[in-house]
Amino acid sequence: MEFVVASSVGLLTAAGVYLMLRMRTFPVVVGLALLAYAVNVFLFASGRLTLNQPPVQIYEGPWSDPLPQALALTAIVIAFGMTAFTVILALVSFLTSGSDSLDMENSDPAVARTPAKRGEDA
Amino acid sequence: MSLALIAALPFLGALLPGLMIRAGRNTCATATGLVTLVALTGLLLHAPAVLNGEVIQTQITWMPVLGLNANFFLDGLGLLFAGLILGIGLLIILYARFYLAKSDPMGQFYTYLLLFQGAMVGIVLSDNILLLLIFWELTSLSSFLLIGYWRHLPEGRQGARMALAVTGMGGLALIGGMLILGNIVGSYDLTVILENRELIQQSDLYVPALLLILLGAFTKSAQFPFHFWLPHAMAAPTPVSAYLHSATMVKAGLFLMARMWPVLSGTDIWFWLVAGAGLITMVMGAVIALFKDDLKGLLAFSTVSHLGLITMLLGIGTDVAAVVAVFHIINHATFKAALFMTAGIIDHEAHTRDIKRLGGLRTLMPVTFVLATVASLSMAGIPPLNGFLSKEMMLEQAADVGFFFGLMVTIGAMFSVAYSLRYIVHVFLGPKREDYPAKPHDPGFGMWSAPALLVVLVVLIGLFPNTMVGPLVATTGGAVIGSSDLPYYSLALWHGFNVALLMSVIAVGLGYLVLRFHPMFEEMWNDARRPEAKEIFDALIDLCARGADRLTNALHDGAMTRYLAILTASAVIFGAVAFLGGTHGTGTREPLPITVLPAIGWVLLIVATLVTLWLHRNRLLALVMVAVIGLIISVGFAYLSAPDLALTQLSVEVVTVILLLLALYYLPKETPIESTPGRRLRDGAIAGFAGLGVTGLLYAIMTRPHDSISWFHLEQSYPGGGGTNVVNVILVDFRGFDTFGEIIVLGIAAVGIYAIVDAMLRGPALRRVANFKPDFRRAGDRHPMMMVVATRVILPVALTVGVFIFLRGHNEPGGGFIAGLVVSIALLMQYMASGFSWAQKRQRFDYHAIIAAGIIIAALTGVGSWFFGAPFLSSAFEYYTIPPLSEFEVASAIAFDVGVFLTVVGSVMLALAELSRIGRHTSDAVNTEPMDIDPRADTPRAKAEEH
Repeated sequence: MEFVVASSVGLLTAAGVYLMLRMRTFPVVVGLALLAYAVNVFLFASGRLTLNQPPVQIYEGPWSDPLPQALALTAIVIAFGMTAFTVILALVSFLTSGSDSLDMENSDPAVARTPAKRGEDA
Repeated sequence: MSLALIAALPFLGALLPGLMIRAGRNTCATATGLVTLVALTGLLLHAPAVLNGEVIQTQITWMPVLGLNANFFLDGLGLLFAGLILGIGLLIILYARFYLAKSDPMGQFYTYLLLFQGAMVGIVLSDNILLLLIFWELTSLSSFLLIGYWRHLPEGRQGARMALAVTGMGGLALIGGMLILGNIVGSYDLTVILENRELIQQSDLYVPALLLILLGAFTKSAQFPFHFWLPHAMAAPTPVSAYLHSATMVKAGLFLMARMWPVLSGTDIWFWLVAGAGLITMVMGAVIALFKDDLKGLLAFSTVSHLGLITMLLGIGTDVAAVVAVFHIINHATFKAALFMTAGIIDHEAHTRDIKRLGGLRTLMPVTFVLATVASLSMAGIPPLNGFLSKEMMLEQAADVGFFFGLMVTIGAMFSVAYSLRYIVHVFLGPKREDYPAKPHDPGFGMWSAPALLVVLVVLIGLFPNTMVGPLVATTGGAVIGSSDLPYYSLALWHGFNVALLMSVIAVGLGYLVLRFHPMFEEMWNDARRPEAKEIFDALIDLCARGADRLTNALHDGAMTRYLAILTASAVIFGAVAFLGGTHGTGTREPLPITVLPAIGWVLLIVATLVTLWLHRNRLLALVMVAVIGLIISVGFAYLSAPDLALTQLSVEVVTVILLLLALYYLPKETPIESTPGRRLRDGAIAGFAGLGVTGLLYAIMTRPHDSISWFHLEQSYPGGGGTNVVNVILVDFRGFDTFGEIIVLGIAAVGIYAIVDAMLRGPALRRVANFKPDFRRAGDRHPMMMVVATRVILPVALTVGVFIFLRGHNEPGGGFIAGLVVSIALLMQYMASGFSWAQKRQRFDYHAIIAAGIIIAALTGVGSWFFGAPFLSSAFEYYTIPPLSEFEVASAIAFDVGVFLTVVGSVMLALAELSRIGRHTSDAVNTEPMDIDPRADTPRAKAEEH
């Protein structure tokens, strides 16, 4: 069972990272979402896997480790906040620039090297 | 009054001027003055005790483990400086009221001034060096604001930047030095450090610590070679120059050297560095001051010179010299602040500070003339004024060091006499002129009252030194040398015929001659080639800026994918190094068996992930796959004893997918193939290694037995937190502070979304939005009747479920997060089924307000525990039985959970509502009329009302 979880998290991480490295915004958002799954499950699994031992004390013990669960719970909600933020960012940048490319159009180093504008007393 | 309060008062008071300025300039100045007066009174109430040799302490422990405590102490040195800061501050507030023009924003000025005042008081009262460092930085920042107060003047801005760059750099060095010192002693408390002279001076780190600390002190006090910023800072309004650059901020460096004197002084390196720098600064400052035509420039360099003099006295390292330094600090503050104020008056009335355009003001401005003359003569060291007393004592100390020192200080004193007399002769004496830029006359009493008071002090201290400042000098001197056993000295006008008197006479005589032949010397001075400090500084800054530009451009070429690849690859490499460097085999924990059910889930997850990877260019399909993966994960949580996580994941999944779907509506539906095979291979390799690493790491973790603080949480959940659902108790109680932070982050994300969308809809992108055409063929029925009815029927049920999940959360799976998500989904369904307008029309509360209310409720719950003397967010609970209901628990944690609930609802709804808001701006016609089905519309009664 441990291997099942570990390999799933690994696969989700790999898929998340791969999509995150794509050149358009939407795959990056999807990749981040997958990465968030991986991280949440990772957090949870650090409390070790147990069957039928929910940390709810109306049942008899033993109970599984509740702390990683609590941390993962907030992490899931925060991950939603992050996904929402990045997808809106992607959307707004698309609507503003007309392109959903991640790189700037003139990401050629030679063009970028024009000196930045200085303050009043350059 | 508590010392902490004295230091805090100016900061608290800094809020006042901005508010009071609406009530007029007088009210504003009075309010500011009152704040300072209250702090000064509080300080003076301690004065009798301090003068009796007591040391007053206030201790607020904050993080004792790290040595971070807000400890304050007040001894003679602190009393002297705090008294100067608050006393002269009061006079400056009075003076500034009349100095500032109507067009100057006075509220801002007083706010900055109070911030600065608080920072200065903080420095001199701090007992903890970390605290002192914070206040030290605050003086740099607030003085930046003050120097650049006239932001329309380029000199003001440049001067402010230069001052900030130099003193800020010194501040950084000081941090290093102080931390080393704290490390040597093993305590960050000044009182402890001051008792460990032997330990510090024998340490190998004494020299680096000394160098760094002196760098901080020299930059702040404008000692050679960092003297150049002070004259440029004179672009500030004169009250600022008088306050910061004569009486207080530049003395912070002196204060620091005096404060650390007992532990740092007395070594050879201290003598050569401090006395050497002081001597050079003193002579050089005096020479340059003589050739400055700007009144404030003259005073600025004379200040540099006098600071050098005091530094030299501290550097000499004998007890008597330290006491003389203290005495001169007092005297210099009085006559120099008065001189700055008179320079400001001349500038204010004659509209110029250029000595070449002045002269003959004696009869036109008699009051100013008298004040400036007395103060100048004191600066020149003419009896019977206070400047004479300390200068005599200084000459004697320098002569004791050796012939060279004696000679140099005599030369310095000679130039000092020359420029002091020049301030009188070239400005006030001579014939009246016809070409003043404005007709000069004495200002009103309000403006000259402050310098007048200082001049009276100059005379009184000169005539009756022992009565006026004898005890203060004794106590302060004792504090500086770190013992109550004071050396012999005498504060008196007449010490008999001695070397010092001879030097003094020579200096005055030669000084007069120098002024007599000033035009000749000036010609020589102007012909001489001198290194210009500002040019060197500017070139240096420019070099740094260009280097930074080059680096930035090399690192940031606009290719975001490149940054991401570099960052991820580095993370993978660092992770691999750490992983392979440690023991990473599997542990001894018995693994769980793999049964059929999880095996199916595993296969599903793998397939879904691979499909996502394979077909991610079809964005809609990728999204569906993401939803599948999320569902499998939530089932997995349920299977692996985490019901709360399962519920959360499930509900989050729903809102995430809705959100992504809505966003995708406006985005291209396909991702084009852009990356080369090589690039895909590279990304695949990075991703593959990342995945392998995570798998290995997680497997290694999970197969090992573990120990955790959780066992404590499990034990204490019911007796300590009053709940049986341990996860919820941890969220709202044990680690409530974490949760508090998380909901704030969530709220910020939602408000950030609002801000981004709002800014876009106000910008040029609006046109693009308006021209948006959906690239999907749409279903004919915009608001399917069955869905509308179903969602409306479901709404009360869903809300009830939400409340139920919320209430049971403390004891069974559920709680604020999940309930918030469930309620959000119920509301979202209304948006989807009935349209934005319909839903928006029925929305009573602004989502921003809901987020804010949630966070405020959570915060208040936390603060509430303070009133019971418990730390932030301690919870309390009690059981009640209200017949006929079952036993019923009221826990303060419930209120906190309400805050969580509201924040979640507000954030989710705000994020999605913003997406719909974009839709309202497209040309694609949304329902302008709210699509509404009102069942009552068909009833006879409604029909009757219609007619």
